[in-house]
Amino acid sequence: MTDISVNLGFIRLKNPVLAASGTCGYGLELARFIDLNKLGGIIIKGLYFFPKEGNPPPRLAETPSGLLNAIGLQGIGVKEFSQKILPQLQNCKTALIVNVCGESDEEYAAVIDFLNKREGITAFELNISCPNVKKDGLCPALDPKATFSLVKLAKKISLRPVITKLSPNVTDIVEIALAAQEAGSDGISLVNTFLGMAVDVETRRPRLANIFGGLSGPAVKPIALRMVYQVASRVKIPVIGIGGITSYKDALEFLIVGAKAVEVGTANLIDPEATIKIIQELAEYCQKKGIEKIEEIIGTLDVKGNIWKK
Amino acid sequence: MSKFLLPNEKDSDIFSLKSQTPMIKDPQARIIHKENWKGEYYLFSLESKKIAYQSQPGQFIMVRIEALPYPLLRRPFSIHSRSRNTLEIFFNVQGIGTALLAQKKLDDCLDILGPLGKGFRLEGDFKGKNVWLVGGGRGVAPLYFLALRLRLRKAIPKIFYGGRNLLDLPLKEKFEKNGFDLLCSTDDGSFGFKGLVSDFLKRELEKSTPSYIYACGPEAMMKKIAGLSARKKIPAEFSLESLMGCGFGACWGCVRRIKRAKEEAWVKTCEEGPVFRREEIIWPEGDK
Repeated sequence: MTDISVNLGFIRLKNPVLAASGTCGYGLELARFIDLNKLGGIIIKGLYFFPKEGNPPPRLAETPSGLLNAIGLQGIGVKEFSQKILPQLQNCKTALIVNVCGESDEEYAAVIDFLNKREGITAFELNISCPNVKKDGLCPALDPKATFSLVKLAKKISLRPVITKLSPNVTDIVEIALAAQEAGSDGISLVNTFLGMAVDVETRRPRLANIFGGLSGPAVKPIALRMVYQVASRVKIPVIGIGGITSYKDALEFLIVGAKAVEVGTANLIDPEATIKIIQELAEYCQKKGIEKIEEIIGTLDVKGNIWKK
Repeated sequence: MSKFLLPNEKDSDIFSLKSQTPMIKDPQARIIHKENWKGEYYLFSLESKKIAYQSQPGQFIMVRIEALPYPLLRRPFSIHSRSRNTLEIFFNVQGIGTALLAQKKLDDCLDILGPLGKGFRLEGDFKGKNVWLVGGGRGVAPLYFLALRLRLRKAIPKIFYGGRNLLDLPLKEKFEKNGFDLLCSTDDGSFGFKGLVSDFLKRELEKSTPSYIYACGPEAMMKKIAGLSARKKIPAEFSLESLMGCGFGACWGCVRRIKRAKEEAWVKTCEEGPVFRREEIIWPEGDK
């Protein structure tokens, strides 16, 4: 029997597959189809302190093997989440991670402070890609200094481990990852969606009301994988890989380049059983290959394997 | 995993706390009947016992077109009718998803999720009541299931069916054959009333007043009917079309502007709809 659990340092996950924020709702939506207890963890849709209205539709545009979204982080806010959702997740026997949002550093702090007092939350995933209303809508994720100060603040307040979720829309993602590590982040998850757009040629209107949206799905996987490899090669804290994972092979690629776990996102929307299938197939792969612990695979990319190399 | 798993049959205790209606994934819904008409209209009968059994008029299914990543997302289809073991979808070719779906053959299997969403409310007593169903183009799809249900509830349904031309009314015979009172309109006058179905309805409303109006079709058509029904204070429900990501409430992609208890919000069409009451719907401004 293969051991498919993975150690993130601050927690051991029963397997390396988590459901990504924004693709499993507040957990309950995905629980209509699958047993959440079988997952390595779930990451709750981004929460601001107050309810958030979100963007007008159209919020989605499908592109070849990709999905553009501009939901605008519509959500219920921490109070309603704590009152109505969290009690229903109390019996959940998997890592429950809350994705934390804020329009300002103060709001991030307020969300963490509020949720600190609530039971049943394993860790926070800091969504540093939220537009900061006090800084012309600029995201902390785009600047190493802003990332550093926000992570530092989150770590100071949080009673739970903090995972920093990076945006790929930067020149040098390693620089941002190092800033988060320097500020004391317990882990890094990457990548969030890639900024993109699409146009309706009949009307010449943007296909998203917001004009821009975040691209996810299989289309982004090679770029995400490259970024995860770059970051995992440089940081010491655990890295969680995200970006277009739809199969166990995709998940393995991220583990091989150094991710300790993965988040499955867009695939949940297409097949709510995607995570379960990936977990089963990862176990089968290990068994077939005679791998006793899935952790043996992590960071084993063979860059010297090319026979033509001098 | 077994072919069908009712969510409440699972070992997780999380589930019991949420769901109102069971949602089922059937990865093997076999196409047992396929019809097509000129104008690229199609009707598929899918064998899917548990989904068919649970379905209500106005609900929909999400169909995975290909097991490949293109087209990526499932496509929503309202349930056109159902029998003991099967459910039907009726659609026309709109884009890549429906074009590929149209090419599926008899005995091919489709991966579907359903039944999804909230259908027509159908509260109270319908016995002997005149109800008008208005369908524009492919929007007529859910109205057949609704008409059958209303007849079962002893209502007297009248169906208004509008299209651009006669070719755009492929379900005409089906409604007639099943004994429904059908009134057609075409934009070009090739059959029935010449003009928009909403104008046809307006004329008929001058003669009599139904107890209820149900409509599904193009946005402009529904918006007009909302206005007409409001003026005559006739309760009305509308099945709204929306671009959907998942169909089961996880992505917040399919929202519409909905007003409830004087508060407006972006509400998920897949979960709270696709059918909404007239007074709940905030129609978009502008031409489209």
